[in-house]
Formats: sequence, C-alpha cells, structure tokens
Amino acid sequence: METILLQLLNGLDKGSAYALIALGLTLIFGTLGVVNFAHGAIFMIGAFCAVTLSRIFSISFETVDPTKLDFLGNPAKIKTPYVEAWFGADAGAWMIDWAVPLAILFSIPIMIAVGWAMERGLIKHFYKRPHADQILVTFGLAIVLQEIIKYFYGANPISTPAPDAFRGSFDFGAALGFDPNVIIYPYWRLIYFGFAAVVIGAVFSFLRFTTFGMVVRAGMADRETVGLLGINIDRKFTIMFGLAAAVAGMAGVMYAPILSPNYHMGMDFLVLSFVVVVVGGMGSLPGAVAAGFLLGILESFSSMNEIKSIIPGIDQIIIYVVAIIILLTRPRGLMGKKGVMED
Amino acid sequence: MSKTDLTRRVSRRGVIKTGAIAGAGLALPTIFTSGARAFTNEPTGGTVTLGFNVPQSGAYADEGADELRAYQLAVEHLNGEGDGGMLNTFSSKVLEGNGILGKKVGFVTGDTQTKSDAARASAKSMIEKDGAVMITGGSSSGVAVAVQGLCQEAGVIFMAGLTHSNDTTGKDKKANGFRHFFNAYMSGAALAPVLAARYGADRKAYHLTADYTWGWTQEESIAAATEALGWETVNKVRTPLGAGDFSSYITPVLQTDADVLILNHYGGDMVNSLTNAVQFGLRDKMVNGKQFEIVVPLFSRLMARGAGENIKGILGSTNWHWSLSDEGSQAFVKSFGTKYGFPPSQAAHTCYVQSLLYADAVARAGSFNPCAVVEALEGFEFDGLGNGPTLYRAEDHQCFKDVLVVRGKENPTSEFDLLEVVEITPAAQVTYPVDHPMFAGGALGDCNAG
Repeated sequence: METILLQLLNGLDKGSAYALIALGLTLIFGTLGVVNFAHGAIFMIGAFCAVTLSRIFSISFETVDPTKLDFLGNPAKIKTPYVEAWFGADAGAWMIDWAVPLAILFSIPIMIAVGWAMERGLIKHFYKRPHADQILVTFGLAIVLQEIIKYFYGANPISTPAPDAFRGSFDFGAALGFDPNVIIYPYWRLIYFGFAAVVIGAVFSFLRFTTFGMVVRAGMADRETVGLLGINIDRKFTIMFGLAAAVAGMAGVMYAPILSPNYHMGMDFLVLSFVVVVVGGMGSLPGAVAAGFLLGILESFSSMNEIKSIIPGIDQIIIYVVAIIILLTRPRGLMGKKGVMED
Repeated sequence: MSKTDLTRRVSRRGVIKTGAIAGAGLALPTIFTSGARAFTNEPTGGTVTLGFNVPQSGAYADEGADELRAYQLAVEHLNGEGDGGMLNTFSSKVLEGNGILGKKVGFVTGDTQTKSDAARASAKSMIEKDGAVMITGGSSSGVAVAVQGLCQEAGVIFMAGLTHSNDTTGKDKKANGFRHFFNAYMSGAALAPVLAARYGADRKAYHLTADYTWGWTQEESIAAATEALGWETVNKVRTPLGAGDFSSYITPVLQTDADVLILNHYGGDMVNSLTNAVQFGLRDKMVNGKQFEIVVPLFSRLMARGAGENIKGILGSTNWHWSLSDEGSQAFVKSFGTKYGFPPSQAAHTCYVQSLLYADAVARAGSFNPCAVVEALEGFEFDGLGNGPTLYRAEDHQCFKDVLVVRGKENPTSEFDLLEVVEITPAAQVTYPVDHPMFAGGALGDCNAG
C-alpha cells in the first residue's frame, strides 16, 4: 500500500510536467495547426530563466582578504553579492534564496517574447507547409536553442535549489497512520503539483470565461468563419503562442529545483509530451492534461522493482505500449476530436 | 584496316601484358612507400601530430573542454613554452622541452560526442587524414573501449583519458592501449575500508546503477569490496542512462531495510540521482537504528558542482585532486591555474599526464614506432606526476598508484573547493593480480605498428 501511494505521488509530479508541456503543445497545435518540436526547448529556457535570475542575484564584487589564500597561494578574493550590499545582508540573502519562485515573474515576459519571436520570426512562414516541414524546422530550432544555452551556460547540470523554507519532505506515512519515514515526499514536488493545477485551471478559465478565450476557441473550431466575421484571428493566435510559451516556461522554472537544469532537458520531455498529446487526442486540451497525468503515473508504477522483476525494462517502454494500445482502440486518442489531423 | 590486323593489334595476350605493366606501374609508388614507411604515420618532417579526441559536444562537453586545456598545456610544456609544469617534477628526465625527439609537437582535435561511433570516426579521421601518431582523451568507458580497438587495428598508440570501467584494461585491453586513470575495482578497494570504518561493518546497501559497461563493473566492484567487509547487498537496480528524474528509483529504497544507498552514476545522472535522494529525505532517515548514508563511488569535481549542497558529507573516490600538496600536483595546478584562472579537474590531470608519459616513452625508446613505445611504457615506474610512485603494469597496461578517498566538503571556501581528501589509499591496497576474475576474458595481444 505504501509503495502504491508513493508511486502515485511520484507520478503526479512527473505527470504535472508532462501535462503542462502537452497543454502548451496542444494550444499551439489547436490554434495555429503547427506541430511545434521546439516546445521542449521553451521548457528548458524557462528552467534557465531560474538559473539566470539566480546568477543575476549572485553577481558580486570582489574584495581582497589578505588573511585567506586562493588555490594558487595568492590573497583570496572574497565575493559579496551586490544585492546584499544594496539591500542589506538579510534581504540580499532572501532574494538569492527565493530566486526560483521570483523567476516565475521574471520568466513570463521573457517567455512571451521568446514565443512571439519564434512565431513571428520563423514559424508563421510554415503555417501552410506540410506537418513534416514544420517538424523539421521546429526540431532544428530546438537544437539551435539548445546549443545557444550550452554556449552560455555549459553542458553540466546547474544546481538551482528551492528556497530553504521548502527543502525537506512531508511525512505522509505518519499523517495517514502508516509507519513514519516510509511515505515521505519532498515539499517542492507537492508545490509543483499545486502550481501545475493552478496554471492548468487558469488556462482553462481564460479560454472558457473570457471573450478572448471564446474567440480563440471559435477560431480553433472554424478559423475561416471567425475570420469572415472581421476578427483578426491570426493576431489572437500569435498571442496564444506566447501564452503557450509562458506556460511551458513557468513549468520549466518550477522544475529547476527538481532536476538541475541542463541544455538538453527539454528534449527529454519533448518526445514524451508528444506521446501525451497524441494519447490525449490531438487538439484536445482536457485530453492533454488527462493523458499527462495518466502516463506520468503509469511510468512511475512501471519503475517499481516488483513490476520490473516480472517484465524487465518495462519502465522504458510503458508509455509507448500504452500509446499503441490506446491508439489501436481509440484512433483519435482519449478525447480526440473528429477531423483533427485527419485530412 | 582488316579484321586480322585489328585482332593482331588488340589480342587477348596484349591486353593482359599491357594491363600487367600498367598495374605494376601504378602499384610501384605504393610498394616503395610501404617499404619506406616503418609504421603508421611515421613523422618525417619537423613536426609530430598528436590527436586529442575529447567530448566537445554532448553532456560531457565541459569535461572535454578541461581535457583539451590540459592537452594544450602539455603541448606547450613539451615544446619548451610556459613554466614546464610537471616536466620539472617528473622522475624521468629525458624530455628537454624541445618537442619529442626534436620534432615540434602539433595537435589536431576530434569530437567524441561521448558516442562510440562518433569517437571512432573522429579518431579515424585524425589518423588517416591528419597523420596523428597517437590518439588520446575521452570521458567515457564505452568510447575508450571503442577507440582503443580502432587504434589497435590502425597501428597507433591510444593513451586513454577518463575511463573507469574495469573492462578498459580488463576484457577489452589491447596492446596499443594504456590507461593512467584508476578503475572501478580500485575505487571499491579504496572506499570499502573507509566506509566500514566510518559507517560500521553491519550495513545493508542498495545499489542504483547506470545500465552500461562502466556502471556494471563499478557495481560489481563496490558490492564485492563491501560484502567482503561484512556489508549485505539488499538490491541492485539498473537505471537507464540519462533517466533525468530518478524519484521512481529512489522511493523504493524507502520501502526496504537498506541503510546505505550506493549511486553508481556519473555526470548528469549522478547529479540528478543524488539530488533526488537528498530531496526525498534519505540523508535524514534513520534505519536499523543507524543514520542512512549515501555513497558516490566515483566523484568528479566538475560534475559535483551540479549537485550543489547535496554533495556535502558524501564519500567517494577520485583519481586526483588539485588540493594535493605533492610537488608534481602543485606544479601542475600552478601552470594550469595561472593559464586558465581555475584549478584543473581530475580529467585534465590524467590527460596531461598521459601526454607526458607518451612523449617520455618515445624519447626513451628513441622512436615513434608504436611497438617501441609499448615496450618503453610496459613496466615503467615513475614519480612526480601527482599520484606518488606509479607503475604502468606490463601485463594489462594499467597504472597502479595511490587512490584518493574524498568527501563533499561541509564548508567550501570557493566554488572549486567542493571535495576534501579524507584518505590516500596506498597503491598496494588497490593492486590486484593480472588474472583477477573481474578483469578476465580478454588478451592484450601483440602490438600493431600498422
């Protein structure tokens, strides 16, 4: 029972990341009809927004301390962050400690700008091209973005910890009446799950309850008719591209303490997120979210030693096996719409 | 022209004769060339070319960049530039800073991408197109084994970079290949007594292991060494390379009565699995009345930075560390630090040393011929290169030297000051017989000069 509960919790945070990326992918596909293989790179850039803000807060000036020596035996240079000098030691230390949550605010305009630049600068030229062309060009773009990040930040993972207040774990076992220290779960992963739920809820509410969202949904259903009504649907869809980029970026920011960011982390999530989109049903936002959590949880359960001892290597293929089964039984995916990707 | 004339002029015999003469004529230069060339890429001008095959892209690119820095420094020192570095402390004194055998040292570089096929392709290109007489470098055992095999076939020397799998000088050893870096067996032999002394002999270990040659041999080595001191191995779980989030492999540890988690991971996998293990509170856990412990058998300072504070207090082993106080280490740190502004990594150290050892072997042999170099390196005993007295064992081309047991530093004084040496395990304690079962299965064979 304890094992099942733990793997369920594991699956929820992994599923949260899949769901957030798949949500953005589906938004872009549903509105613009573009298969965006650069979406994983946007998630990665989001994570590097957290790294960047953390580094900005840590920019320091040096003072020579003659009482200490550096590795070459010269007087050591002691670094003091500017934020500590400007705002006081406590406030400066707080800013550095809280760099990841603060990076959410920092990332939103950056990610919208990145999304806008991608859409206006490159992807709009491929709207009327076959999906294969779109996949090739966006995949190429993802590699270019990866290499840019690697050039500036290096190839090694960069530690980006959560604030001290959120380090440590919550003992579910003790809370639920099981043995203590058996079902424990890191606070930050719980926060990530809550954050994902809030973002997903906000996106759905935005599309459901605002005039803008209503127009976008109408455009997703029948772009031509909405255009004939005199609405500039292209502009709205560009905004949706920026929104999708912001969602993926925020997902990346919040994931940074879970997985030390590195330049290829987006690719690790991208392929699985595409499977999530296909399993959920191309163009279906609820499908993307449901499939994200479903596949995250299944992946987590398949890593259990009890299951791996029966089917070795199942943890590596479970998502694809489930995808095959679902697509054989429901060719449009769990909540796919008729006519989407069927022309 | 009659048909008879034509037949006479273009007879079958005539065609064969002409063909034979033309063929011999075409083959003549090759025959002379192969007769003149004693071995692959024999340097004939004033320069000798070395091939530095390091990861310049991919997940180990930072480690590859540090290797390349070390190689460039070694070339400078061999050519008599800079402060000479470890040439001043090396026990062998045949290198005079005038290149190798009076030839100026040049180099070409290749990108292994940490992929065996890409590494072989770049090594092949450096041998065939650039005329490299020796290939060196790399940050992965899979790559080392692949390139070592290629160099054996091509007839050039391979001086391995960072490779820790037992197989490199075990079942996959080759006469043309040499490894200065330590191996998984040595990590186990050095670490186990320290672990037993600090954590007690009654411990239950749970292994998470990267699912490839290096991970397998490290798991085998550490398990054998710890079991010999009384530890019980509760489980050995293989994890896919580059798994990213290891939480689903970490949480099952909570369900067992294991009180030690051994992470047979390197690079990004090590950073992620260690970070996940700490996040799940394993280090705060008490099991069987004992404090739960995490062990990372192979540490890399470059990679440790990614794990941040999670590395503090974690025990592991390393081939070399910049804080060593011996004359050779200090000379290398000074040269490297002055040139680049930060201390070298263990990968940089082993690559620098391998370059010097190759150059020294050529100088002592008086020839670039790979078989002469092999003879010079086999059984070579040296000192002054940072690891104390060292032997390049003739039977398997593995260096035997002291091994460092290190721990993540609790109060680092700088961004480089991440590890502290807790014990220097003497070479005798990590030396094993040539026919040790963990290294069985391969043969060194004969050297190939091409």
